[in-house]
Formats: sequence, C-alpha cells, structure tokens
Amino acid sequence: MNRALVLRVLALAAAVAVLEALCRVGVIDRFTMQPPSRIAVDLWSILATGKFNAAILKTLTNAGIAFALAVSVGIAAGVAIHGLKALREGLDPLFATYYAIPVLAFYPLLIILFGLGDAPQILIGFMLGVVAVIVNTLNGLDRVPRVLLKAARIGRLTPVEVATQVTLPYAVPYVLTGVKFAVSYAFIGIIGSEFVMSRGGMGFEIAFAYNNLDNATMYPLIVLILAVTISANLMIARWEKALLARRGLA
Amino acid sequence: MSVAHVTLRGVTKVFSRPGKGGEVHALGPLDLDLRSGEFFAVVGPSGCGKSTLLELIAGLATASAGEVAFEGRPIAGEIPDGVGVVFQEDACFPWLTVVDNIAFSLRKARLAPGERESRVRDAVAMMGLGGFERSYPAQLSGGMRQRVCIARTLVMKPRLILLDEPFGALDQQTRLLMGEEVLRLWRQTGATVFLITHALDEATMLADRIAVMSARPGRILEIVETGWPRERDSRVVEDARFGALTARLWQVLRQESMKSIGRPGGVPEGGA
Amino acid sequence: MTEHKPRAWRNALAVLAALVVGWQILHAVVGEVALRSPWETVAYTAKLFASRDFWPNFDETMTAFAAALAIAVATGLAIGMLLGFSRLAGEVFEPVLVALYSIPKVTLYPIVLLAFGLGMQAKIAFGAIHGIIPIALFTINAVRNVRPILIKTGRVMKLTTWEMVWQVLFPAAIPEIFTGLRIGFSLTLIGTLLGEMFASQRGLGYMLMNGIGLHNVDVIMSVTFMLVVFAAVISSALLAIDRVLHGRA
Repeated sequence: MNRALVLRVLALAAAVAVLEALCRVGVIDRFTMQPPSRIAVDLWSILATGKFNAAILKTLTNAGIAFALAVSVGIAAGVAIHGLKALREGLDPLFATYYAIPVLAFYPLLIILFGLGDAPQILIGFMLGVVAVIVNTLNGLDRVPRVLLKAARIGRLTPVEVATQVTLPYAVPYVLTGVKFAVSYAFIGIIGSEFVMSRGGMGFEIAFAYNNLDNATMYPLIVLILAVTISANLMIARWEKALLARRGLA
Repeated sequence: MSVAHVTLRGVTKVFSRPGKGGEVHALGPLDLDLRSGEFFAVVGPSGCGKSTLLELIAGLATASAGEVAFEGRPIAGEIPDGVGVVFQEDACFPWLTVVDNIAFSLRKARLAPGERESRVRDAVAMMGLGGFERSYPAQLSGGMRQRVCIARTLVMKPRLILLDEPFGALDQQTRLLMGEEVLRLWRQTGATVFLITHALDEATMLADRIAVMSARPGRILEIVETGWPRERDSRVVEDARFGALTARLWQVLRQESMKSIGRPGGVPEGGA
Repeated sequence: MTEHKPRAWRNALAVLAALVVGWQILHAVVGEVALRSPWETVAYTAKLFASRDFWPNFDETMTAFAAALAIAVATGLAIGMLLGFSRLAGEVFEPVLVALYSIPKVTLYPIVLLAFGLGMQAKIAFGAIHGIIPIALFTINAVRNVRPILIKTGRVMKLTTWEMVWQVLFPAAIPEIFTGLRIGFSLTLIGTLLGEMFASQRGLGYMLMNGIGLHNVDVIMSVTFMLVVFAAVISSALLAIDRVLHGRA
C-alpha cells in the first residue's frame, strides 16, 4: 500500500516534470501553457496580493451554498422517494437520463426569473448536485439488509426512528459518494454559469483572462479551483474510507 | 409446571403472489402450545414455513386465519412486549460498537440511570464478550457477532426468546459451544425458548420438546419429548437415547424432505 | 416478475405526464417571456426539423459525439482492463483517476481550447475526457470484483490466460462494465454539448448558446427539448439492458 503511494507520488512528480520540460524547451508554447513552476509562482502572487479575493470569495460562497442545499435536500428526498415504490420506479429512468441533459441550458430561464444575481447560479449548482445525492442515498438505502429492518421492528422503532437510527446510518458511506459528486457539481454549476453569463466570480475572471490571452491569471485560477475541489473530495473520501474500514469493507 | 405461554389455534398463513397471480399456502392449519419456561425446537424440510411460524409468533407477520396469543393476549401483527428474536443473518449494526449494539434495544426503554449500563455489562459478561466492548462487528468472528445479537436481546429481559436458525451460518464446533451457551442462558433467565433449526442433532441436544413439521403447507406431524434434565449440556450426545431420538426425528422427516426436493418418498431401502 | 415491467412503464409514464403538466403550469405562471408551453416547443422543434439550417448543426454535434464516444469507450476500457488486471498499476493510478473524476471539468475548458483550437477537435476532446474516466473506473471495479471462485474454477479447467480473459473474466465483468458505458454515454454527451456551448461556430450546443445570447426562447427550449428526448430514449434503453445484464429485470 505504501509502495503504491510512493509510486503514485513519483509518477505525478514525473508528469509535472515532463510538462515543465516541454514548456521550457518550447514544445508547448507559452501562449498555450506556462511551465508549472511559473503557474505556482503566479498563484502565490495572486493569493498574496489579494487581487482576486472578491471573485474567489464569491465563487466559493455560492458553491458552498449550492453544495449544502444539494446535500440536505438530496438526502431528505432520497429517504422520501425510497419510501414510495411507485414514484421510485417512475423516477429511475429520469435519474439515469439526468446527467446527459445540459442543465446549464436552464440558466437563462433562471436569470429571467431571478435576475442576474447569485440565485440562478446557486440553483444550477444545486440542480446538478441534488440528483447525485438522491441516487446515492437510494443506493445506500437499498442495501440495508432486511434483517436489520426486522431487528428495528422488534425494537418497535417508529418510521422516523428507523430512518435516523437504522437505515440512514447504514447508508452513510454510500451517501458520501453522492456528497463527493455534489462538491464537484456545485463548482460545475457555479463556474459554468459564470462562463456563460455573469458579472464576477472565478469563472468570469478565467473567461476574461482567456479572451485577453492572460495565461498568468487563467492558469493559477484554474489550478486553485482544482486544488479546492480535490482537497474537499479527499477529505470526504477519507471519512468514507474510515467508515467502510470500520465495517470491514475497505 | 406447564402453563401455556404461547398458544396457536388454527393458524394458517397464505401468501398472495403479487404480479404472479395465485396464492401460496405456506402454513397450517396448525395448533400448538408452548409451556412456560420450556425449550421448544422445530425441525422441518426446507421451505416448510418454519421461519414463517416464528415470524407469526414474533408479530413480524400476521396469520391469514386462526389466532396466535402470547401470555393470553392475541398478537395479531403487533410486536409483543417481552419477546426477543435472534435471526440467522448477521443483524449487528455495522456502524455501532459491541456495547452500542447491545444497548441499542434499550434506547427506547425508560430505565433508571445506571440500570442501562448494568444490564449491558451483565449481557457482555454473560455472552463472554468482555474485552470486545469497543470493537466493531466487522472485527469479530461470525460466532462472536451472533453473541452480540443474543446479548442485544438479553438486555431486554425477554420472557420468550425466538431463535431463527441462529447458528446456521456457523461451523459445527462453534454451533455446539453456542448451543451450550443458549442452554445456560435458558436456565439462568427462565425464559421460554423457541428454536427453529434444520439440524436434527442440534434440536435433540437442546430441546425439551421437538416439533417435526411437514413439507409445505407446514403442519406439525409429531412432537417428540426428549426427557432431558434441566441441567444439561452438549454431552447429552453421549447418552444412549440421543441417537434414538435423532433417528426418530429423521424417520418422520425423511419422507417429508423427499417431497420438498421433488422426489417421491418411500424409496425402498438400499435401492440406489 | 412478468407483471413488473408494465407497472414500471406505467409509473415512468406517470412521472413523464407529471413533468409535462408541471411544465405547462410553470409556463402559465412565468409567461411567454421565459418559457414556451410544451405544445409550442414541440411545434417549434418540428419547424426546426423542416428547416435547412438545422441539419448541418445536428450532423456536427452527432459527428463530434460519435467520435468522442468511440475514443472514450476504447480508451476507458483499455485503461480499466489494464488497471483492473494489474494489482500494482491499479493501486498506483486508481486514486488518480478518482481524483480526476471528481474535478469540475468545465474549468479545464479554456485549456482544451488552447490545446486544440476552436472547433471539432476541441469538442471531441472535451466530450472524451468526460467519458473516459467513469468507463475506466467501472471497468477496474468490474474486473477486480469477479468472484475468485470463478477464477479458481477456470484454473482447475486449465484455461489459458486468453481463455480466462474472454471466457471467464470478461463475461463475469460485463454487467458492471456496461453500467460504466451507460454513465460514460451520458457524460460524453454532456461534455460534447458543453464544448459546443462555450466555444464553437456550429452544432446544437452552439445553437443553444446563440439562442441564449439573442434571447431566443423558442430555440433554447426546442434544442434543450430534443437533447433531453434523445438522451432520455437512449439512456432508458441502456438502463433496460443494464438491468437485464444485472439479472434484475
């Protein structure tokens, strides 16, 4: 296991080194991409000067709200839908189709309804993430062994107690899979809508920098978004793994 | 000594098969009295409705006809007070430690402070789980997990303990030892024990009385009395009567088992 | 079991009907400025189908999507098989794939544009990077989770490595791999469309973006509608096959 970790770090370092070399030698020209070391320096100066703090704060706040909404509504909806078998059967094909639908196309409609503020973006991020949370909550609830439900009946638990004390605790590791997706989808929704139409935020700044061939701004901001989402995901994944390990499943 | 603790009168269970049409007559009609404090076992061919019978007594299922009563009160689909069930499948909650699992059934019980802890402590000691209090089920063997489930039932101080093939997933040695544990519990708690099993020797070793059930629809063909003393353990297998009793169970059961696997019974002995 | 399917169909239709009714109600509440009614949308879609300008855009998108899907399936399966069979390679690179799967790929779009330029190649690349990773991840798990007893059985029968792969591992892994392909289909489609939306001069995604820019609600609604129908029909079919393969139907 440790050997794999070492090899992984080496492989990633090698990939960055190759990229650095290709950029330095000129195989990749500097209008396409700057050397990774240069991106790191630029990112540092962006964070140090606080030049984009407003944009960063706006995007992170909106993504945070979209994420929180997607997770809370998604879990509640998952529990409700799991209890209604007919609704569940009807929704299954819809869920399977959902992620092929360009949800972003509804953004203009939301702008007309709510104005060009934060609300439409948050709604897009929420709409993208909530289905992943619902689907994974359902998956977790489906896996609850029948014998645990019998045990709950013997303990004379009410339906709400069964959900909070038996089925949801059982489903937590699976729900977390959906939570990880919700992080990613919150950012896709916010950044995507900022690309399409907005007055600020990291997506707006990235698009602006792209149009002005300003790679010294574009790359560091992209890397920052990737770093935030990957760290959030790793944290959730660690929690998920700890829960599964406790059950002898990881 | 023998007050009827559980009574079944004309109990029948018919399952409708949604989407398939038709009905399956799973059980009965069946009459049965469990005496207070006895160890009662049920054996029968697979699919004969043994587990259905247990679920009817537990209140997990409702009889299509007839009446099931516990301590004189009809059960009718309500989980009665004072009944504990141990299932064949692993019913430990994987996200809770051993003590939290055991204390789970006490969450709803209104107990004096300290009472909860002392009951859990007693159950841990009784089931030999000392040293594993903070372990998670995944860290335990199958036999240990089943002890946790039994302990979880014991803290409720049940007057009737229903065991649905509780050792079915365990190896033979573990089964014998767990059998002794259950005998000890039965003696110490004074509860009535109702055991479903497919292992004839297990039934003979543990029970005071053994009901042999027919192939579906399950009916009781015969009730065999073992006549063991209350103080007993797995060494009854050395008793001369052990073989005779087990043989008697098989004699009744053999034809029924043939039916349940779809072959005519009564094939001449020795005819291959 | 025989009765199960019609009931599932009925429930799906009921949900569909509820969606259309909800759409109609929303249209009544919001008004023409933001939304067209279901009927108007269908009518405008028919009009688009009849127009000369529509089909080149349609062809463009389908060509890009087909190419992206072919690349995603081939690459995803190859990576998945490799990392699934080789324990060490799997341990080293699977977490990397998981991390890549979790990043918001929209963010990478400017980089894809810089690398491939404005046009077909960028769309195909963007579609493919959405599809490759889920297909690879599902394939890895599918191959890894083949029950060891099946492999032992194969060894007892003295199968060659090749026979083992094609007669035991692959058939045993097929249901899980197919789930990956189903998800890969959806994500490749959305990736291709997003690619068209952000920077392109042709295709359905471009029509959508153009509609957004000109505030042409008819175009926005109709293009979205046909994309949803296209995605829904194919992914429902894939879902049905998926269930049969998993023995749940």
